[in-house]
Amino acid sequence: MLKIQGLRATVSDKEILKGIDLTVNAGEVHAVMGPNGSGKSTLAQVLAGHPAYTVTGGSVEFDGEDLLEMDPEVRAQKGVFLAFQYPVEIPGVSNAYFLRTAYNEIRKARGEEEVDPMDFLDIMEQKLKMVEMNDVMLNRSVNTGFSGGEKKRNEILQMAVLEPKLAILDETDSGLDIDALRVVANGVNALRRPDRSTIVVTHYQRLLNYIVPDFVHVLANGRIVKSGGKELALELEAKGYDWVTGPQGAAA
Amino acid sequence: MGASIDTLINREYQAGFVTDIEADAIPRGLSEATVRLISSKKNEPEWLLEWRLKAFRRWQQMAEPHWANVGYSKIDYQDIVYYSAPKSAKPLGSLDEVDPKIRETYDKLGIPLHEQKLLAGVAVDAVFDSVSVGTTYKEELAKHGIIFMSFGEAVREHPELVQKYLGSVVPYSDNFFAALNAAVFSDGSFVYVPKGVRCPMELSTYFRINAADTGQFERTLIVADEGAYVSYLEGCTAPKRSTNQLHAAVVELVALEDASVKYSTVQNWYAGDEEGKGGIYNFVTKRGKCAGARSKISWTQVETGSAITWKYPSVILQGDDSTGEFYSVAVVNNHQQADTGTKMIHMGRNTKSTIVSKGISAGKGNNSYRGLVKVLPKAENARNYTQCDSMLVGNRCGAHTFPYIEVGNNTATIEHEASTSKIGEDQIFYLKQRGMSAEQAVSMIVSGFCKEVFKELPMEFALEAQQLLGITLEGSVG
Repeated sequence: MLKIQGLRATVSDKEILKGIDLTVNAGEVHAVMGPNGSGKSTLAQVLAGHPAYTVTGGSVEFDGEDLLEMDPEVRAQKGVFLAFQYPVEIPGVSNAYFLRTAYNEIRKARGEEEVDPMDFLDIMEQKLKMVEMNDVMLNRSVNTGFSGGEKKRNEILQMAVLEPKLAILDETDSGLDIDALRVVANGVNALRRPDRSTIVVTHYQRLLNYIVPDFVHVLANGRIVKSGGKELALELEAKGYDWVTGPQGAAA
Repeated sequence: MGASIDTLINREYQAGFVTDIEADAIPRGLSEATVRLISSKKNEPEWLLEWRLKAFRRWQQMAEPHWANVGYSKIDYQDIVYYSAPKSAKPLGSLDEVDPKIRETYDKLGIPLHEQKLLAGVAVDAVFDSVSVGTTYKEELAKHGIIFMSFGEAVREHPELVQKYLGSVVPYSDNFFAALNAAVFSDGSFVYVPKGVRCPMELSTYFRINAADTGQFERTLIVADEGAYVSYLEGCTAPKRSTNQLHAAVVELVALEDASVKYSTVQNWYAGDEEGKGGIYNFVTKRGKCAGARSKISWTQVETGSAITWKYPSVILQGDDSTGEFYSVAVVNNHQQADTGTKMIHMGRNTKSTIVSKGISAGKGNNSYRGLVKVLPKAENARNYTQCDSMLVGNRCGAHTFPYIEVGNNTATIEHEASTSKIGEDQIFYLKQRGMSAEQAVSMIVSGFCKEVFKELPMEFALEAQQLLGITLEGSVG
């Protein structure tokens, strides 16, 4: 599904990704771990097409197509979803309107018919249950005045509605209490299917107790320095990042 | 990589076409003779000519005001054509007699003037350069005793009403541009809603400047008699031209006891090109008087066009328990400048005013809110709530706020809230990541920002306003 080869990227002329190779097949869950500043979030942002990052080398293939050639909205329409580490507030725009617009844009891109507001509410009903959210959330402005936990849940709600082929969760666990963590993980697990893949970007092993990955990769200084199965995350938790990166790795 | 927000393509100003039509225009320049000529072209009664002449003499003694936060090169008042009318325009007659070329112009603007295709529920007075070329639903409205016609017709058919209210809210001596308007105004709309009548449809005037180097100086007078209600809409467009054109209008609203007037504007005059060349100077005086107890005047404006906008739709709250409202969205892009706001003058007891202003600045645009809340000594228990929000798109634009509050009675309650925010790459990227185009993203963020004002507009107008906002901001972001 996703094939990253030799990916290099800079932000404000500083090289952050220094040659990433990663292949994610359909149905797999990959965890990308690493210390602060290792390039985890950059990788997530580059895959989604954030304009602040410049790709300077390598390639990314998504379902056989060149992902890097696509505008961010086209990536989204083709099924790439990024759950943001810092979800953005859009005052005055109701969550329901925002979600319906996004849903319909993606349907339109797939050649499917748009859904009217009434039918959309029916769809929302079950999705809200999945993330244990109240329908009051639909009438509030997008992320405006939401608590940290509500923002993250709202990201998972969007993921549940948009049903992406490839979901990238960028530190979705940061700042979450244990209940919210469980809700988020349940949402992600409910969406696991043989034709969908997930990349979980996280600093801590904790989330991986709930979302069990097939593969774990350790990123340090813009490169993947170690890959393994789910047990690698536990080992990291016990031994710390210095164990794979060396003391200098954390500083990059 | 990825399309940054400043790579959006600039869409054309869609109302920028010119209608090729033979015009009866008077020579450039302004003198007492010009004023007399305009008056005679309109076969006006002596009293109106006298009023114009008084205004003209007053204007000659006045200086152009320069306190607004806008900059422009000197206007040569002798280089303007003060009257231009399509030759085919007849003073009266049915809509089917309207010149096909003019009808086509309004069709292109989405304002059909054919009897069969009229906009449902909206009566339109179409003003083309200096004259009204047709008014729809006139007979229908007459059944309710409602007078809706061009100003010129009203002078002929209802001189007593016009004479009673003309200049009663904005005197000819009010300010430089109001005096100029009073001297040379050519046409506009007149509305009178009799006692206890609720106007059954929206009334609307569509102003179109077509001729080059011509100023448009229209005058609108709306009177709602005791217990009456009327909702009035105003739309404006002009062709794209590389020279600036002056539009100095005056609007007067009068609400008698228990009457209510709702006045909505979607202003889309040509704004000039990306370099700031051309565009309309929109220097307008709009004021309403809540003359009777429990009366209400509500202004809603969406200002997307014009090179320079200078207008402060105001309310004089004279009647006890009267209410004044001002809801405004002003957007500037490229080199546009807007200095707009309102004045709420509390005179009566228990008078209430609400001001909600949303300013959006993009490109190299400069947007200023200027407002006055004045509570006179006799205005017991006056209340005002002001909310003043600015949004910046990019980092070469400006937003300014000049609120003035003068309170002469200590029972008053005055609230003022203000905020400034910036539309960021991150907000746009967030929406793009959810499958929306950059245009949709900007339009969604901006309409969210303007929601409180849009909800005051009649439905069809709200949609048009939202689209216009999107178009105005396209290509602006960066």
